[in-house]
Order: sequence, then structure tokens, then C-alpha cells
Amino acid sequence: MTLLDPLEKENQAVMARHEGPAAPPPTVEPPQRSQFLPRLVRSKAAMICLFVLLLVLVAAVAAPWVAPNDPSTIKLIQRLKPPGYTTSAGITHWLGTDSLGRDVLSRMIFGARVSLAVGLSAVVISGTVGLLVGLLSGYFGGLVDDVFMRICDIQLSFPTTLLALTIMAVLGGGLDKLILVLGLTGWVQYGRIVRSQVLSIKTEEFVLAARATGERQWRILFQHILPNIWSPVIVIASFTVASNIVAEASLSFLGVGVPPSVPSWGTMLADGRQYIGVADWLTIPAGLAISLTVLSINILGDWLRDYLDPRLKNIV
Amino acid sequence: MRYVIRRLLQSLIVVFGVSVVVFGMLFMTGDPTEVILGEAADHMNVEQIQEFRVKMGFDRPWYVQYASFVGRALQGDFGYSFIRHQPAYEVITDKLPATIKLASFAFVLSLLVSIPLGVVSAIRPHKPIDRIATMLALVGQSIPSFWLGILLIIFFGVHLKWLPISGSGTWQHIIMPGVTLAAFPIARNMRLTRSSMLDFMQRDFVRTARAKGISESRVVYAHVLRNSLLPIVTAIGLELGFLLGGSVIIETIFGWPGVGREIVLAIGSKDFYVVQAGVIMLALIFAAVNLLVDLAYSVIDPRIRYGS
Repeated sequence: MTLLDPLEKENQAVMARHEGPAAPPPTVEPPQRSQFLPRLVRSKAAMICLFVLLLVLVAAVAAPWVAPNDPSTIKLIQRLKPPGYTTSAGITHWLGTDSLGRDVLSRMIFGARVSLAVGLSAVVISGTVGLLVGLLSGYFGGLVDDVFMRICDIQLSFPTTLLALTIMAVLGGGLDKLILVLGLTGWVQYGRIVRSQVLSIKTEEFVLAARATGERQWRILFQHILPNIWSPVIVIASFTVASNIVAEASLSFLGVGVPPSVPSWGTMLADGRQYIGVADWLTIPAGLAISLTVLSINILGDWLRDYLDPRLKNIV
Repeated sequence: MRYVIRRLLQSLIVVFGVSVVVFGMLFMTGDPTEVILGEAADHMNVEQIQEFRVKMGFDRPWYVQYASFVGRALQGDFGYSFIRHQPAYEVITDKLPATIKLASFAFVLSLLVSIPLGVVSAIRPHKPIDRIATMLALVGQSIPSFWLGILLIIFFGVHLKWLPISGSGTWQHIIMPGVTLAAFPIARNMRLTRSSMLDFMQRDFVRTARAKGISESRVVYAHVLRNSLLPIVTAIGLELGFLLGGSVIIETIFGWPGVGREIVLAIGSKDFYVVQAGVIMLALIFAAVNLLVDLAYSVIDPRIRYGS
């Protein structure tokens, strides 16, 4: 090997770029699929979070079987009993009872259903819409960008919580309405950040090279640009699933989310708020459940980002 | 200058869109009479409801109603609050200073904490300070603000009795709601600053800068941080919406007499004109801030030429 070898190789690469088809984008492919599980198992934090999420998932799916009591049974005589209280019939309320004598643990288990349903369903809607809008807007620019960004600006002019709160207040509560409202009010964040990434990436050499060789627009967009913006999209998606869960709880807390009869972590916090300092077990378990679920989703989102983004995997 | 004028015209389109959405809210259920009357309609007969409909002008075509709505809104007339016994516009403008005060406090607090923390974390990856900051950010981002508020009330208000749990009389009143409101932006901006900076630290131009012998602090602040600012500024712009919207919940928990709490109270009492006035007011303020954020893009990243 001579000192000129590297130069020679570079020359060949440049010639190939000018003469032949466009060089493939410098995207390093994500690790082989077979490495996914071994790497996941090696990460203690990710495994703990996965375990927590599986627990929440099992609780949500199997709620009628794993909940010790009916979450809606009202027993006023047993109201505001502390954790560990055992009734004369021998039923123990491990997390106590609420202001209507309902079992807090059972309501928490059933509450997982609402949180997961809203968090996951709404992110599919907002993610799909936001990603498409951001890609098209950033890449094509001009009129497409103007129209999309004005729609974005109009929606951004309404703080998401406020917009969702107002729409829910007019439409009335309900799980389906909540999912739709959160899905359609949450896409803007994707759209804006994807667009800003595309604006930077579309001027990179590999995109210009692909254009110069006459590759089709959709191919450049989805095969060259899209793989390079997964990292922020995954980070945002993890934030969004988590923020949807929080938004559901917030709206239910304010009384415009799921109906009060449906057990939800948000409605539990709203009930417990009136008994702060008197019955803290009404607010602490529900808040912990939301926080742990959201924390686990965020940590797993981080892990996925590290896994998918080769530039950050050795550092983050 | 052309860009500024163009952007101002775009903002006018946004204002038009905001007015359409706020006006349209009344029609979401199909009949605005139903929204305005709420449960009161249950105690009225069909003739009385129809009389109310005609009196309010809801029997006219929607575009006539919209023109009337815009015409009145331009004069600051958003209808009359029968609950508060004063014009809806006045109900909201009375509460606006408190909301802006709280949002500004939280905004400044979040910037002062998040960006330095993100920078320190990014330049010392894997070191204890990075791990602690990252973990705190993750926890801060995962705790719902209203639960954090409740925890602060339990701990600092009820048990320690250090801070007032409700109201807005003294400077101490803003601490708990301000910190609660800033917790999420601090966590998110810190994470974003860190991840954006780490991303740029791997770029070729940074390697070149280091190879040229430029001091590490100059590499970090002049090369990496400056380039990392684009996604951060985007997020900060979005953050203002969060602060204004998030204040709805925080104001309700802490009894802070702002627009957000007023909107929640108005929703509860079906005082829909106040809701409309509050939403349009917050939306317009946010549209103005958004315009400033967009203008900041072109200053921070000259590669992006919006005008061309």
C-alpha cells in the first residue's frame, strides 16, 4: 500500500459518482435485526423499563382478572380507609379506599387501560400526519411548505392542552373523542421538527448527488432523507406517547376527559386532590403509576434511539 | 425586510385561521344554541329556545354570523358573560397579566436551568454529572405537572408550611406554580440540548475545528452550540404554547387567578363566550411569539433562506 492509495480510492469514488448511478447515502444501516434482542437484554435500564411497561400492559389487558375488587363498587361505610385496611369480611384494600369507598388498587389497574389506549392510539395518528407533513413541507418547499406551515402555525397558535380542553368541553367527554383530539392536535411537533431536519439534510451532498442522477423524488424522500431523520422522530414519538398519557390524565383531571364513571389515573388524581393532607394515598399511587409508565417509555425511547442511530451509539 | 413583511402577512392568515377555529367551536355539535344554553335548555320549551336562537342571531347563515363575529371581535366584543355580569373580553383581559407573569417566570427559569445543564451534560458524556442530569431530566419529564404540583403542595405547603398553596398575593405565591410549570420544559430542553450537541460533536466540521487547534471552549460554544440551536429554538418556540396552555392546569391547582383558570371555570359554568375570548386571546399572543421565533431562525441559521 502506498501513500497515494487513499487518494486513488477517493478519486475512483468521485469518478463513480459522476459517471455511474448516485452513491448510496452515507446512512449507516441500523444494526442487524438479530442484534436487537441481545442488545436489549444487555441494557439493564431498558429491561427494567420494558418490565414495567409489560406489567402495565398485562394490568391493562387482564384487568378484570387481576384486579382484587370491582373498581366501581361504592361502599360509603368504607370511605377514605388507609392502605392495608381489612374489612370485617376479610377483604384487604392494599392501597386503601377513595372518597366513595372504592378500592384504589383496582381502580389503578383498570386505569392502565385508558392510559395505554390513549397513549398508543393517538401517537399513531399524530406521528403519521406529522411525519408526512414535515417531509413534504421541508423537501418540496414553496407553496406546499407555505400551505402546510400556515396550517401548522394556525394549530400552533392554540396551546395543545387548551385546544384539546376546549374541543373536549364542547364535544363532551369520551375515550374515542379523546384519542382523536389528542392525535389531531399532537402532529405539529413532528411536522415542525421533521421539517427543520429535512431542510438541513436536503442540502447534504448525498441528496444533491441523488438529485443530479435523476432519482425519483419519492425515492430521495423516503430512501435517502427519511432514514436520516429517524433519530429525532423516535425521540419525539417516545415523548408523544408519554405526553399523550399525561394529556389524558390532565384532561380527565380537569373533568373533560374520560367520564368520571370510568376508572382513570387522571380522574383518581382529581378525586384525591380534594383530600390532600388527609388521604394522600389517593393521589400518590395514581401519580406514581403515570410517572413510572411515562419514565419507562422515555427511557426505552432513548435506548431505541441509541440502537438506531449509529453516530450516537458509542456516546449516549 | 421583505421576509419580515412576508411573515407578517402570513401571521394575518394565522389570525384568520384562529378566528375561524374559535368561531367554529360553537358549531362543533351542530347547534350553537345548544352549546350556549347548555343544561339551561332542559328547562326551556321549544319556543323559548327558538326565541333565544333568533335573539342571538344563530338562525342566520353561518357566513353572516362569522362576519358579525369578526366585526364584533375587532371591537373587543366577544359577547356578554351572564355568569360574571361583565363583557367576556374584560373578564379575560383582567386575568391576562397574571398568566403572562406566571408563563414568563417559568420560561426564564426553564432557559436558565435547561441549556447550561444540557451543555454541561453533553461535554461530559458518561460522567456522573451527565448521568445525574439525564436522570433528573427523565424524571422531570415523566412527572405530570399537576401531580408535581400536588406533591409540592403536600410537601412544602401542607407539611412544611413554607409556601402558600393557593392565590397570588406575594412573591412566594409564584414559586410553586412557576417551578411546577417550568419542570417539563427544563427536562425537555435539557435533553434536546444534550442530544443535539452530541449529534453535532460527531460532525466533520467539529473534528476539523479541533484538528486546527481551536480551544475546546470555542469548539463547544462557537461551533457546536451555535449549530445545535436550531432544533432547540424550534422547541423553545413550541414551549411557549405549552407554558400558556399548561398554565390552565397549574393555575387551576394553585388557584392562580389567570386566564387558564378562568377558562376552566367558564367551561364548568358553560360560560362559552368567556371560553372563546380566552382561547382567542392566548392564541393571538402565541401567534405573535411564534412569529418572533421564526424570525430568529434566519438569524441563527443563515443556511435556511425562507424568502428564496
